[in-house]
Amino acid sequence: MTDVPATALEPLAPKPTAEERWRALRTVSRGDLIYRSVLTVLALLLPLLVVLIAVELVSNAMPAVHKFGFGFLAHSTWDPVRGQFGALPLIFGTLYSSLVALVIAVPLALGCAIFLTEFAPRWLRTPVATLIELLAAVPSVIYGLWGIFVLIPLLRDHFWPVARHVLGELPIFSGVFYGPSVLAAGVILAVMVLPYITAVSREVLLAVPPSQREAGLALGATRWETVTTVILPYGRAGIIGAVILGLGRALGETMAVTMVIGNRHEVSASLLQPGYTIAAAIANEFSEAVSDMHLAALFMVGAVLFLITIIVNTLARVLVWRVARGSAVGSTAI
Amino acid sequence: MTKRIIGLLTVAAGSAILAAGVQAQETVRLNGAGATFPAPIYQKWLLEYHTLHPNVEVNYQPIGSGGGIRQFTDHTVDFGASDGPMTDAQIAAVNGDVFHFPTVLGSVVPTYNIPGVSAQLKFTGEVLAGIWLGQITKWNDSRITALNPGVSLPDQDIVVAHRSDGSGTTYIWTDYLSKVSPDWKQQVGMGTSVNWPVGLGGQGNPGVANIVKQTPGAIGYVELIYAIQNHIGYGLVRNSAGNYIEASLATTTNAAAGAVAHLDPNTDFRISITNPDGAQAYPIASFTWLLLPKQMTDATKARALLDFVWWALHAGQQYNEALAYAKLPEAVVRLEEAQLRKITVNGQPVLPRNYRGR
Amino acid sequence: MRGRLIRRLFGSLMTGATYGAAALAILPLAVILGMLLVKGAGSLDWNFFTKSAVPFGESGGGFANAIVGTLIIVGLACAVGVPIGVGIGVFLAEFGGGQLGLAIRFVADVLNGVPSIVIGIFAWTWLVKPMGHFSALAGGVALGMILVPILARTTEEMVRLVPNSLREAALALGYQRWRTSLQVVVRTAAAGILTGCLVAVARVAGETAPLLFTALGNQFFSTRLQGPMAALPLQVYVYALGPYDEWHRQAWAGALVLIMLVLVLSLVARTVVRAKRQHA
Repeated sequence: MTDVPATALEPLAPKPTAEERWRALRTVSRGDLIYRSVLTVLALLLPLLVVLIAVELVSNAMPAVHKFGFGFLAHSTWDPVRGQFGALPLIFGTLYSSLVALVIAVPLALGCAIFLTEFAPRWLRTPVATLIELLAAVPSVIYGLWGIFVLIPLLRDHFWPVARHVLGELPIFSGVFYGPSVLAAGVILAVMVLPYITAVSREVLLAVPPSQREAGLALGATRWETVTTVILPYGRAGIIGAVILGLGRALGETMAVTMVIGNRHEVSASLLQPGYTIAAAIANEFSEAVSDMHLAALFMVGAVLFLITIIVNTLARVLVWRVARGSAVGSTAI
Repeated sequence: MTKRIIGLLTVAAGSAILAAGVQAQETVRLNGAGATFPAPIYQKWLLEYHTLHPNVEVNYQPIGSGGGIRQFTDHTVDFGASDGPMTDAQIAAVNGDVFHFPTVLGSVVPTYNIPGVSAQLKFTGEVLAGIWLGQITKWNDSRITALNPGVSLPDQDIVVAHRSDGSGTTYIWTDYLSKVSPDWKQQVGMGTSVNWPVGLGGQGNPGVANIVKQTPGAIGYVELIYAIQNHIGYGLVRNSAGNYIEASLATTTNAAAGAVAHLDPNTDFRISITNPDGAQAYPIASFTWLLLPKQMTDATKARALLDFVWWALHAGQQYNEALAYAKLPEAVVRLEEAQLRKITVNGQPVLPRNYRGR
Repeated sequence: MRGRLIRRLFGSLMTGATYGAAALAILPLAVILGMLLVKGAGSLDWNFFTKSAVPFGESGGGFANAIVGTLIIVGLACAVGVPIGVGIGVFLAEFGGGQLGLAIRFVADVLNGVPSIVIGIFAWTWLVKPMGHFSALAGGVALGMILVPILARTTEEMVRLVPNSLREAALALGYQRWRTSLQVVVRTAAAGILTGCLVAVARVAGETAPLLFTALGNQFFSTRLQGPMAALPLQVYVYALGPYDEWHRQAWAGALVLIMLVLVLSLVARTVVRAKRQHA
């Protein structure tokens, strides 16, 4: 080995003492401070917005709160002429239709995401992903029209006559099916939230290190088993985050829902019956509401929706915390 | 990368500001919002008026009668429009600073879809109320067959359709039902949004029309033009004189004539013309109103607005019938001219003494 | 042996199922696009893109006011919403480990569930009423408010996916934290952030309810930010709910144009990002 002259290895600057090195690690540069402050200020805009919206909803709802109190949540009568308002069918319909939407959308979206990351031929991936994302671009109104002209006739004239032989006995499929129904709304909502869940899930799955995949295959798992036992659990938390995003959309959707749900202030367990959601009611009645009490009642259901969103999100957080303690990829909703 | 983004944003912002600055100096822009029922004819008017007077842009958007009243009250628009007149409480909220101007007449018809039945059915007010109350549930109910002896009606459920959104059409419909059925008045009442005992809710006139078109056995109420344009059958309704009348432009104008005969010269035009007198009057008809402030502050805008409204009440009426709106009776227009002259800006009347229109 | 065969068959079955899922997801899009093309393509002519509304009964009218209006209003929304939304997303990913991050994340999810009409009403109270008139500016801000929480969450997800090893490498090379964050982490996540942006902007471009109370709509061509402005989804909504077949045809055509706009935007943005990646 050639001798390296000692001078070549001497550092150009005097070697820092241990003290200096320690201080250097602890100092935060000015750039870092500014960066963090700017981002923090931006982030604080969100709670500000939420507080302002909540204040707006609640303060405008006060006349209804004073008149009805919490009985508002338990009654079903919605009578603008007599000033009697009960929000139970709205709350029920909102939750029910969103549940149906997720039941349909989540398996489909996960299937799509898995398809796009694992099984699709390379040339097919970007076009299909773009097409699915395009679903998010379709205006609500168009979904509504599609629902009226295509989906409802399809469900009523083709799906149900066949399916009733199998499903007709179940209470959730009881009653006469006219078309406009919670089922139709659930299906449309599913289509509308699909692109969000798929887009985020796909990115989450893409980020799973190939080593994980290879390890699964090396242990003898089939490709599908690798997906279910290795990849999906790894990206659990991120996927749940994606589902929550989709759920938010479903809870707040207005136009498309109101065109297919039948707009009936009634609670019914059957998917085939018409129903109503909070967002649809606000959209339908806000512009025309003439009495102050009617307006106050609409603001009150708006505030209730706000509350529902908070509760649902809290539950989802708890779920993620329990489920995702081992997973590393994606959001820590914790 | 960051620099490029900042650069792009600056260019975008600059262009936006420039674009905002480049505006025609003489253009007078007026904004109005409100009722959806007259939206087609209002749009026709303002576009025709614009070709006659290119420097005047009257923008009208159909956000709903309640919305129109609210925006008018909050002074975010120059004029409002509503299918139902403002209530006393709402007028008090603007300190009385509003004039109502009827602009066109329209009518609401019962439209239905019964497989195998192509005849034009006859209805009375009580029967219609019974259907919408959920008391009459089958098409071959004796109360319906009694009115239509020659027609063979099937033993089929009636599927009722109504509006889910608040609407002037509902207002007119429930106003009529309240007048002819004490049951209806007591159980439901009238308004732009009511507590419907039965039925599916459709959004907008097309929503109801679609439910009727696509559901065998359905019945709904829509404005005349939607029934015509959608080629769905609509029935005859019995008026207070006992005649079964088909909704048409002539019978709608007749409905107004009956009410107009009793008009006080100082009327505020907040009148209902459902179930009027008149042998050939259609019983479910109504005015729709423009809401203008009594006192305005911008002289140029005030004059432009009143020029437009005057034109609409005179030359504009020639476009009504093609769009299935009935014309205003002459007597009503005369009285509205007098009301227009009362509008002031900064204390002075807007219109000159011998104004004849532009 | 038999066990393995069954597992492989099941695997193939599920693979087929994912093909089916993708097909099922695209099916509504295909049907909707088909519907739009069939009902609307016929109305797309030169006038449609260059002229605004003409009186009913005349021909030669179009949606020029609505097309330009959408571009302006969505542009405004992006100018407001993208920097803030992406910024919050980066905050959550980089500094969001503690209580504050938890709270912000929660708040963003809640905001995602607020119906757009409530945002519209809110924007009306804070922008339209004080200003005394409807405006495109209020519309842009309202749409921006919808963009921000979506972008915050999608950006956070994407930035979080960048492996820590990359961060550590940059720090080891002497980069300060803020430079690491901006020039290394965010740049790596750029493609994913863009995907989130495209999906969010696509959604916002199709919103009707918030614009109803802010931009109001306008029959006339206008580029004034401080006055009412037309927008594609608004105009489509009004025409779709009108009585005339002529209006319905134009509504379908308008919806087709809207989707095409979003498609073009999406393709352009992806190409730009891919090109940058190749240069990087």
